[in-house]
Amino acid sequence: MRSIQAAQITQAVADLFLECSYCIGDDVRQAIDDAIKTEPSPIGRNTLQQISDNYTIAANERVAICQDTGMSVVFAEVGQDLHIENGDFEEAIQQGVREAYLQGYLRKSIVAEPLFERKNTKDNTPAIIHTRIVPGDRLKLLAVAKGFGSENMSALKMLVPADGIEGVKRFILETVENAGPNPCPPIVIGVGIGGTFEKAAIMAKQGTALPLDHSNADPRYKQLEDDLLREVNALGVGPGGTGGRTTALKVHILYAPTHIAGLPVAVNICCHAARHASQVL
Amino acid sequence: MSTIHLTLPLDEKTVRSLRAGDAVTLSGAIYTGRDAAHKRLIELIDRGEPLPIPLEGETIYYVGPAPASPGHAVGSAGPTTSYRMDPYTPKLLARGLRGMIGKGLRGPGVVDAMKQYGAVYFGAVGGAAALIARSIQESTVIAYPDLGAEAIHRFVINEFPAIVVIDSLGNNLYETGPKLYKEAGL
Ligand code: SF4
Repeated sequence: MRSIQAAQITQAVADLFLECSYCIGDDVRQAIDDAIKTEPSPIGRNTLQQISDNYTIAANERVAICQDTGMSVVFAEVGQDLHIENGDFEEAIQQGVREAYLQGYLRKSIVAEPLFERKNTKDNTPAIIHTRIVPGDRLKLLAVAKGFGSENMSALKMLVPADGIEGVKRFILETVENAGPNPCPPIVIGVGIGGTFEKAAIMAKQGTALPLDHSNADPRYKQLEDDLLREVNALGVGPGGTGGRTTALKVHILYAPTHIAGLPVAVNICCHAARHASQVL
Repeated sequence: MSTIHLTLPLDEKTVRSLRAGDAVTLSGAIYTGRDAAHKRLIELIDRGEPLPIPLEGETIYYVGPAPASPGHAVGSAGPTTSYRMDPYTPKLLARGLRGMIGKGLRGPGVVDAMKQYGAVYFGAVGGAAALIARSIQESTVIAYPDLGAEAIHRFVINEFPAIVVIDSLGNNLYETGPKLYKEAGL
């Protein structure tokens, strides 16, 4: 049995949120810089250049890439042979979020209750925590800072089996086209297919935080990812939604077994400020 | 792309000369406002009470900035999605608001009011928040400090980069732009 201190988890979570709020991943930066060379729209190229320059300024000055520093989501994989000492696991994560947002000049964007008062919690907690117990004695943390301009443009639909591949594609393309400029394209599209209502949504969220060079291991789903990326970019939405061919940087599909009567599809859209970072303790 | 350098506040003639797709920079003073601040302004208008900010000729920026770190006038400050302000906007345009800066779609009610009163909707690059913050030289809270990042701030800006997205004729770059690049048959 291996042990770690709850305080180590707090420290790791704080570091991850600070890091991803200031420094975009190399994969996203590279994809934006590549797109500057291929984007046919002059306004679109100018938008991409501003996005790229913004990444540089944020990283150099250690300021937030975007003022919407998001709702904090943490995916935790806890090894079943790991013992967490001197503190509550979930509270350790919340404390990490609190420290990052209070000390890192990140915006506090969370309201305690959604409908009646909408009172700000003033420290960006609570984070959404998804935990799995896995073999081993390690703790893997994935921190995702999810902006809501793109979250609000996400969609979930319970398709039926007869809708098939074409139905799935149509729903994804419609979702992106209806979103237009709102989710700050170029976007990363996470798609969850199968499972139940909530399983599809969680897979879609995981899809938004995969590295851009990752593809589905099943060649049929990889093909679908590639086809969808091409078709999304043919919609013409473009950088900032003002027209162009760089609408999405990647489509990531995750799938799961589902019921004989169902075909749930969730589309989670993430903006070019695709902020996530992970660490193994 | 050539750039038009605009000085704020804007007069009707200048606003009516701008066209969707024009690249501009904005210099002068603007006011910030998001959902909560808009709601309060409209409540004052409906009760016939005075407003905490002038509207005639002014420009509102839809933004909730990040906190300023030491050595910065303001934290990262890119645009938020504008459609959330749509229910409130026509009443502000009727009172002389000339410019809005945000990102994303606007509803037909807003576009109609823009045509009627002569107003312009500027798009700033969503997410380019640290870059945009460099053009903001001063930030002062003018009203509703209890709203935190959503309080109304007065920003003094210099060469703030933007694009005319919807002009006073109702031309809309979010419609014309994508049409130009949409592949045939889709
Ligand atoms: S959608 Fe993303 S890039 Fe756009 S304002 Fe929100 S967090 Fe920032």
